[in-house]
Amino acid sequence: MTQKPSFLSLLLRNKAAAMGLVVLAVVLLTAIIGPFLYQVDPWAITGQTLLWPGVDPAHPLGTDVLGRDVLSGLISGARISLLIGVSATAASVMVGIVIGGLAGYFRGQVDNVLMRLTEIFQTIPSFIFVIMLVAVFHPSITVVVLSIATVSWPPVARLVRGEFLSLRQRPYVQSCIVVGMGELRIIFTQILPNAMAPIVVTASIMVASAILIEAGLAFLGLQDPNVMSWGAMIGFGRTVLRTAWYLSAIPGIVIFFTVLAISLVGEGLNDALNPRGTGQ
Amino acid sequence: MNSLVRYLGWRTTQSIGVVIAIACINFLILHIAPGDAVDIMAGEAGAGDPEYMEALRKSFGLDQPVHIQLFHYLWNLFQFNLGYSFHYGIPVSELIFDKLPATLLLMVASLLIALLGGIVLGVTASRRPGSIYDTTISLVSLLGYATPLFWLGLMLIVVFSLKLGLLPSNGMYTIGKNYSVWGAALDVLHHLILPAVTLALFFMATYTRIMRAQMLQVFGQEFVRTARSKGISERRVVYRHVLRNAVLPLVSLFGVQVGGVLGGAVVVEVVFGWPGLGRLAFDSIFQRDFNLLMGILFFSSVLVVIVNLLVDFLYALLDPRIEVVA
Repeated sequence: MTQKPSFLSLLLRNKAAAMGLVVLAVVLLTAIIGPFLYQVDPWAITGQTLLWPGVDPAHPLGTDVLGRDVLSGLISGARISLLIGVSATAASVMVGIVIGGLAGYFRGQVDNVLMRLTEIFQTIPSFIFVIMLVAVFHPSITVVVLSIATVSWPPVARLVRGEFLSLRQRPYVQSCIVVGMGELRIIFTQILPNAMAPIVVTASIMVASAILIEAGLAFLGLQDPNVMSWGAMIGFGRTVLRTAWYLSAIPGIVIFFTVLAISLVGEGLNDALNPRGTGQ
Repeated sequence: MNSLVRYLGWRTTQSIGVVIAIACINFLILHIAPGDAVDIMAGEAGAGDPEYMEALRKSFGLDQPVHIQLFHYLWNLFQFNLGYSFHYGIPVSELIFDKLPATLLLMVASLLIALLGGIVLGVTASRRPGSIYDTTISLVSLLGYATPLFWLGLMLIVVFSLKLGLLPSNGMYTIGKNYSVWGAALDVLHHLILPAVTLALFFMATYTRIMRAQMLQVFGQEFVRTARSKGISERRVVYRHVLRNAVLPLVSLFGVQVGGVLGGAVVVEVVFGWPGLGRLAFDSIFQRDFNLLMGILFFSSVLVVIVNLLVDFLYALLDPRIEVVA
């Protein structure tokens, strides 16, 4: 616990990570309190269609083909993106920890079987796999989250396995085994806490890629039809690209900054958590 | 040589195992999915005559126990029989091979662009780490990581097709024109530029990063110091000595990325109306033609396995230091 202030200052000393943190905080605040500050229904048809940004103060970012407000769509999209990014990552990290942990701790046949399974899931092209899962089980937020998690866990499993393999050999773990501590207790109280740093770094990058996958699905029309998300907005705007390219451009820029911010924070976390292991 | 042959044999057997396992996962998903193939067909035809549906189930073998169905499924796949597309009424494998060349063309073109761009950018960045070039290149590759591919494609269309009018934004050929053979090839090339560049940007970012890191690592090795101390020009050191040793990992990276590129090809083909496998997959979703979608997923998984096998073979041949475990 005494490490905490130095950790935060390390993270903040990294200028790029600090900037990412600021952008991420803005997106997070928008997602949480945005809908209360800007009470416009993203599905409501306001009458005026294809209004450019900055023309009408009532619609600061303009309106779309059906006259829906763009800003309220972005606010709703921030909620969806963060919700899906975080829950899909949480689910895949849990699966990855269980599979990688079992493989790394028990080694031998268990390791063999579980790593084969991981390899198989890594071989299937993940985006096509997600598309198929969502299409077959019908798009809803839960299905999208679980599908993204289904294709995202293998890297976590590999990472956790590696950590467990090396930590298991450390004297402190060996002494726990000698004094007869239970296996589950060793795994959860001795090894896992020491493997958390690289897992957190990987997880933060995974949130970014989950957001990109969700955007791709929504763009293809594979998201809950009652959900206004950034990817879906780009998809709606695509039909009028010639006359109103801002409809596709704006949500894309928002995705870009969000994903970039998360990646920068992830890299900053990496620098702060393993000060030696970064190089170059 | 003997151990190499054994290694290759072992890798091939292993790959066949992976393919069978993927087929089983496909089968499992089909069975967890709500409704069966016949329900979906009936849904599309809008007819629900129970007797007719029962007859269909029988003809598809859906009335058999699950393990027999799995056996039939695997046996069919073994003969490369991916079944029929309910929507088009022709074999899935025929549809796939019909669309495959367009996707392969797109993938190879974008691979070349990404490889060339990644090497040039990575080498430039590595020559003076921390310089303005290095920082700019790092920023650009971050851009490649953080932008959704389909959005990048749309923005390229806005700039190069709609505003500047330089490049076509849709399809693979100009419709209604009769070109000579060379004219037609140029026409396809013209249509290929935007989608290939879009898809290339997706993995160029990774290539640049890896290339830069590899170059920096090789720069630190003894033989580079020796080469420099012999008085060879820096240019020659960089291109003849360091680059040659740094480029090998990109080969294996391609094996890792091929699945990602196939996924990227789906959105790129949808954005640019490129008539390939990705576009076929997209259409099959909305026709609820799941047998076709499943066939494409299985085929692209097999493609990934084959490419990885080839990469391993190539690697074993190119680099004698690779440890051969048989």
